[in-house]
Amino acid sequence: MSDLKLPIYLDYSSTTPVDERVAEEMKKCLTRDGLFGNPASRSHSFGWDAEKAVEKAREQVAGLVGADPREIIWTSGATEADNLAIKGAAHFYQRKGKHIITVKTEHKAVLDTARQLEREGYEVTYLGVDENGLVDLQELQDTMRDDTILVSVMHVNNEIGVIQDIEAIGNLCRERGIVFHVDAAQSTGKVGIDLSKLPVDLMSFSAHKTYGPKGIGALYVRRKPRVRIEAQIHGGGHERGMRSGTLAPHQIVGMGEAFRIAGAEMGTELERIRMLRDRLWEGLNDMEEVYLNGDKERRVAHNLNVSFNFVEGESLIMSLRDIAVSSGSACTSASLEPSYVLRALGRDDELAHSSIRFSIGRHTTVEEVDHTIDIVHKAVGKLRELSPLWEMYQEGIDLKSIEWAAH
Amino acid sequence: MAYSDKVMDHYENPRNVGSFDKSDDAVGTGMVGAPACGDVMKLQIKVNDDGVIEDAKFKTYGCGSAIASSSLLTEWVRGKSLEEASQIKNTQIAEELALPPVKIHCSVLAEDAIKAAISDYQEKHGAEEPEQKTA
Repeated sequence: MSDLKLPIYLDYSSTTPVDERVAEEMKKCLTRDGLFGNPASRSHSFGWDAEKAVEKAREQVAGLVGADPREIIWTSGATEADNLAIKGAAHFYQRKGKHIITVKTEHKAVLDTARQLEREGYEVTYLGVDENGLVDLQELQDTMRDDTILVSVMHVNNEIGVIQDIEAIGNLCRERGIVFHVDAAQSTGKVGIDLSKLPVDLMSFSAHKTYGPKGIGALYVRRKPRVRIEAQIHGGGHERGMRSGTLAPHQIVGMGEAFRIAGAEMGTELERIRMLRDRLWEGLNDMEEVYLNGDKERRVAHNLNVSFNFVEGESLIMSLRDIAVSSGSACTSASLEPSYVLRALGRDDELAHSSIRFSIGRHTTVEEVDHTIDIVHKAVGKLRELSPLWEMYQEGIDLKSIEWAAH
Repeated sequence: MAYSDKVMDHYENPRNVGSFDKSDDAVGTGMVGAPACGDVMKLQIKVNDDGVIEDAKFKTYGCGSAIASSSLLTEWVRGKSLEEASQIKNTQIAEELALPPVKIHCSVLAEDAIKAAISDYQEKHGAEEPEQKTA
């Protein structure tokens, strides 16, 4: 097993390590001999220098996504950016209407925010998706009403990695004069984004999914045509009044550098990652009853969400202690609910229970992928030997024909 | 999620995995749970002429705690009479394996499984015993 370091990290969709180059830049913004100043201090060079660093990072973030730096608002992460975008737009445009459209497979940062707006008297429509996880444009169009003020659809799904057609969705919104928000936490550095062309009004970003630090993100707020949002955090009028609070230059500089690197290296990096992902899929797919979740074509290069039929996800994770992955089954929580994303695809509960998300990243090697294939084969084999469902499947019994006593 | 050493041990080295012939008169089979809920346990007992469980086997689809609960149960019921085996309570299993509260249902399922296996055996032998049903 040579110099393979265990456990193998294959959970890059959950978070990524900070790139060493990013950490170097961040270090320069903390101590007395660095840029520790408050960027809002107007009266001395400590403040000016910190402000310059923050503005450089703003340009770097804007640069990756084809935006104007003035359209970038720093937040504590994508969750806050989602909250600011959705609540901010809903509150600002409430006199126009109180109907919002989003999708069942969105991240909880969007869904829970939408729920909060429902409690405030807004009406929210949660669109379903097809079996590949994609939004049906016709259905979206049919759902739009005269009082619809906001549509929120994520760019790349965090669990299954499918890419929504935000250009087409944005065009539908434009026709009706509806504000369009996109959660792009999972897509920076993974999919090209050009906001100078895309019909998107608000877009949320996160640093830590793209080799930047945790605790920092940004919201893109379009200037032309101008989109308005109501601030959710008050106190000092930072970020042109949209998000108050002293800026964190070390975090911001980290996000800037991380996005700069993503832009510069995306081309070659994605090619390598796609090769590894395909290698992993081929290695897993030679087992029986293995299913890929999410569209095969319209998905990011690094994500592989796989269901191993007749094997329960949590026990599978237990046998996979040498690899760090996520389970689609939330069995560790008291709810025992399988992933709501997989259920929205119409996957059977048992397939949802048996799913594993592998996400590959900058530091994944061929050797790690091969070792992972080996470990998963052994674990699935072992658990299937233990599984009464596998036994029944082998005997040709249709599991659907059995009346299970729900408990 | 941290598992107790005993859960890990049963999970790593499950005891008595396998199946008996369901149609064998000496065999009682209990299958409980549902795939949609994330766990299914199949427990089988082989009973000798004296009404003693001389062997037990299981297969379980479920989390580590469910696998451990059923594995432990097969150890416990061996050598017990049907009467004794039916007295095993989920709380004993949960205590032995130090199951956390969210995993108590695994031990409940194991208790259901042995009860179901016993009643299957008894039905085969025409002993219409009105067992106290678990809810």
